Amino acid sequence: MQSHILSIILFTPLVGALLLLFVPKENKDAIRWIANIFALAGFLVSLPLVPWFWAQIQSPERFKFLEGATNNWIPSIGAGYVLGIDGISFLLIMLTTLLGWVSILSSWTAIENRVKEYYIWFLVLQTGMLGVFMSLDFFLFFVFWEAMLVPMYLLIGIWGGPNKLYAAIKFFLYTLFGSVLMLLGILFLYFHHHTVTGIYTFSIPELYKTAPQIPFHYAVWLFLAFFLGFAIKVPMFPFHTWLPDAHVEAPTAGSVILAGVLLKMGTYGFVRFSLPFFPQVLTSSETFLSVTVRGWMIGLSIVAIIYGALVSLMQKDMKKLVAYSSVSHLGFCTLGIFVLTPLGLSGSVLQQVNHGISTGALFLIVGILYERRHTREISEYGGISNVMPVYATITMIMFLSSMGLPLLNGFVGEFTILQGTFMANWRWAAWAAPGVILAAAYLLWLYQRVFFGTVTNPKNEKLHDLTPREVLTFAPLIIMAFWIGLYPKPFFQILDQPVNQIMADYNAAQGNAVNAAVQPEILPAVAAPVAVAANDTKGKK
Amino acid sequence: MTPSLHLVLIPILPLIGAAVNGLLGKRFSRQAVATVALAFCGAAFAMALWIALRFSSLPIPLTEYVAPWIRAGSFQADFAFYLDQLSLVMMLVVTGVGFLIHIYAVGYMWEEGGFYRFFSYLNLFMFFMLTLVLANNYLLMFIGWEGVGLASYLLIGFWFTKDAAAAAGKKAFIVNRIGDFGFLIALFLLIKHFGSLNFADVFGTIVENSTQYPVETAGAGLLTAIGLLLMVGAAGKSAQLPLYVWLPDAMEGPTPVSALIHAATMVTAGVYMVARSHVIFDRAPMALTVVAIVGTLTALFAATIGICQTDIKKVLAYSTISQLGYMFLACGVAAYSAGIFHLMTHAFFKGLLFLAAGSVIHAIGGEQDMRKMGGLRDHIPATFWTMTAATFAIAGFPPFAGFFSKDEILWRASQVSLAYWGIGVFTAFLTSFYMFRLWFLTFFGEYRGDQEATQAHGGIHATGSRAGVPAPHGHSGIHESPKIMLIPLAILAILSVMGGWIGAHRFELFLAPVFSSHQTAHLVALTSEQAGQITAMEHLEWVFTAISVAAAALGLYLAWLLYRDRPQLPQRIANALGGFYHAVANKYYVDELYAVLFVKPVVDGSTSILWHGVDQNVIDDTLNDSAEAARDVSDSVRHMQSGNLRSYAGWVALGAAGVIAYMIWMGTR
Repeated sequence: MQSHILSIILFTPLVGALLLLFVPKENKDAIRWIANIFALAGFLVSLPLVPWFWAQIQSPERFKFLEGATNNWIPSIGAGYVLGIDGISFLLIMLTTLLGWVSILSSWTAIENRVKEYYIWFLVLQTGMLGVFMSLDFFLFFVFWEAMLVPMYLLIGIWGGPNKLYAAIKFFLYTLFGSVLMLLGILFLYFHHHTVTGIYTFSIPELYKTAPQIPFHYAVWLFLAFFLGFAIKVPMFPFHTWLPDAHVEAPTAGSVILAGVLLKMGTYGFVRFSLPFFPQVLTSSETFLSVTVRGWMIGLSIVAIIYGALVSLMQKDMKKLVAYSSVSHLGFCTLGIFVLTPLGLSGSVLQQVNHGISTGALFLIVGILYERRHTREISEYGGISNVMPVYATITMIMFLSSMGLPLLNGFVGEFTILQGTFMANWRWAAWAAPGVILAAAYLLWLYQRVFFGTVTNPKNEKLHDLTPREVLTFAPLIIMAFWIGLYPKPFFQILDQPVNQIMADYNAAQGNAVNAAVQPEILPAVAAPVAVAANDTKGKK
Repeated sequence: MTPSLHLVLIPILPLIGAAVNGLLGKRFSRQAVATVALAFCGAAFAMALWIALRFSSLPIPLTEYVAPWIRAGSFQADFAFYLDQLSLVMMLVVTGVGFLIHIYAVGYMWEEGGFYRFFSYLNLFMFFMLTLVLANNYLLMFIGWEGVGLASYLLIGFWFTKDAAAAAGKKAFIVNRIGDFGFLIALFLLIKHFGSLNFADVFGTIVENSTQYPVETAGAGLLTAIGLLLMVGAAGKSAQLPLYVWLPDAMEGPTPVSALIHAATMVTAGVYMVARSHVIFDRAPMALTVVAIVGTLTALFAATIGICQTDIKKVLAYSTISQLGYMFLACGVAAYSAGIFHLMTHAFFKGLLFLAAGSVIHAIGGEQDMRKMGGLRDHIPATFWTMTAATFAIAGFPPFAGFFSKDEILWRASQVSLAYWGIGVFTAFLTSFYMFRLWFLTFFGEYRGDQEATQAHGGIHATGSRAGVPAPHGHSGIHESPKIMLIPLAILAILSVMGGWIGAHRFELFLAPVFSSHQTAHLVALTSEQAGQITAMEHLEWVFTAISVAAAALGLYLAWLLYRDRPQLPQRIANALGGFYHAVANKYYVDELYAVLFVKPVVDGSTSILWHGVDQNVIDDTLNDSAEAARDVSDSVRHMQSGNLRSYAGWVALGAAGVIAYMIWMGTR
């Protein structure tokens, strides 16, 4: 069982999708039940992974629960069905199975037409996302990466709002553009590996060994190709404009998955590929427009944090507001990655999980009102606390979690990221920290306009409070928010090994491994590029 | 090895109360809600008293470790609590005054909707405040710090159906967050340089390595930076210049909230934090000077605004800001124990002033405008007498509590700079003036209110008025508050009279283990000559005291003259002053200034430049244009496939001609 646990988790949703093919589409309730059972089952089968993984947390292998072998799938080109996870992918997998269940549960009454296709595509999407986090073979990875795109495109394009076609096509073309460039990058790595070793393989652990040897002037282009693929997915400024449109048009559950899991593909890609493949690019002091590559990454992250928050502040549509807040929050995640300190990196991964929980909940919250009133205009609401007190309380908790109040999850992530950033360069932290102030501003202002005051719009007078099913969708998210806020220690322990591994590789690339192992937060060799980058970040403002 | 004190219970007990009322309170009767809230808050107070009684037998300072919290890499912060003389004083003030205000609130809020919600929030506040004062590290302190901000937000906006209340809560939270920005950066600096946020670790390292961390007289260094950043946080939480703007608005909250959070406890957290960090400040003279100057200017600035306010709670709000300024002045001249002493007496008399003001507002049916009060002395004698005690205390008349603490601050300030002392004494005069103005306007002369409104008592409450007065419906006219509200008033009145009798000197001796053990002396830089001057000045202490009492008396006299003897005078003075009067009456237009300087640029810039400009016009238009261009090109190229055989032949010929031309061109080279 343990040796095949990843495959079981991976394909449970797909089995559900296949089963649904045989249910007549008129039988909506049966479809809903089957989909929910498989979504829940998908979550339940992933639970044993928690103790099993915990038991192996000290084991020295980089990837655990390995399945399959290189070349076992298409031997002629060296592609294999290889699965394996480390602490980073473990947390993201657990997040995916949880959010997958929550969003399918939340769709019960929201989706009324073409129910069968909806659930089938949703379950297919679930398998696609899990595959991305589990694959240790680039060919397999790319298959899942692209396979995920189609269901999401359909979810937006079919079950979306009035402007759904524009949003869906924008989403599709944007991300496809990114992944085509990434494919070129993968092929380069593939052939490079062959030149060095004489072996054709897509195996990621194998490529880890050769990719860092690529000379800088090639590697920087490869880095750019991967960067575009991931940056569009995250999305980083200035590639973020597909996100508000996609979110506004997507159905609630689609938004939850989009924000909660899909965006993490980008940050995951940075951590899994960009950092280990191209340390030579990130450590280089060569500048582009007088900023190092690392400086660019950090600069764009800080811009995203502040920019996303400011634009979020002024939105009139609740969902757009939450979408832009995602840009800001993901800015913290990318910042944590590229400051390249252990704290920053751990904080970033934890914040990716936090963002999935908090922002996922925020989209559910918006969905609750949308389902009742069919509008997301903030000005349509006011005084909702009077008619829906339970809903108002849950919203307050999740808003507080999202704005980083201590004892809730967001604080732990943001604090660790900012601390890690500060260790590298205090100016970066000082530029990024106002994002925390702005988060309080846009969320509390939203809360004031929607929940406080008296009910002025007669349409809001009869709104009914949350049903038990709706409370159930929030319950796991609230529990997780408090857990990570109160006792984040196990999460950091899970992340310790992979983060240290990545940092060790990175430091080795700098020829500084000995020094850095003792005092990981001090990275003397980066001091020079750091100063250059900081000056430029300052100049940009 | 002493048995564990279970310090953790002190914050946890109110948290349990908050949880019980918050989750189940809706189904409880009012009596049950009140019992739960009082029981858990009272239990915390009882525990604090119990600890105080056996304090002398405890190994102080004492740390109790509860559980790990964040452990990321080499950094860790735990749930652990710390007891020393300073946290004992704070704990007693918070639980004691807090408990009294809880009792008062039962009477005050009795008729209000959301009774359980109110007490749940109030208990939650106690939890966070006690966490703040008992924390053994800066990060746990920060939990309490942000948490009291949350409780404050929830309670200011308790009457959330009122737009002003909802807006005030949001403003308080955001302005506090701006201060917290400084606090956070200070924490990062501390972790980076000390690898820990534990008070004991940080302060111990500094004290033991005095060569590495010298008194930074020569130039600003690490400790100065940390001190200044901490002060930014303190200015936000304790409503000092320039971040004080949220506190007057916070008066939208129910009056017990104003008394507890916005006068007695939460707003003093900044003072506590500076005093707690005195090891850092002692070695950062520049940061100390900034603290003193901010405190002095805030004291003066807020006092001048207080003179022109007509809303009884707004007067008290500005008075609170001003008195907090005194506390910062004390810290800024390294007289931390004087600052904490004033913090304690202030908690008594300012808590009392707010509660008594609530009783006044209650008596006349929700009116807060002092121009519509007057002559209430005979109607509500108990309120009158307790408020009188508090007024004399804050004005600094001996032997009331405020006299001892304020006098000590002024005396200590005079040793550092006579400018601090001069402004402090002038502010004391202003304080006395605006407080007796309030006193005369409220309790003396003729009742100027609208009798009709008083009759229609119940109606006002039904609409959820800001006063939210709990009086039993049906009775009309001006009436005294019920006993449950008067007893806390009486106890606080006794404390306002006698609270200072312990004396600043004995108080300082008690706190000495906290403040002097590490004190490598802020005054270390003083030359022996200066030290000699100080000794000489000590003989003059009674002169300074006499001057400050005279200032208070002058304030009393002037208030009597203007508001009792010749009530037409104030208007004439206001007219004579013209623009200046309007500027002061409008709070120097600071809110308006901030709106123009900060709020409007953010709002307009985000909308027109970032959102419509960059997002829509630059990024999206570029994308859409390139998409359209691609379509247009494809569209025109599409016409080549016309299906017309002759046109294909034409294209082939054209292509062939092109190839031949190319070959010829290449051939000629």
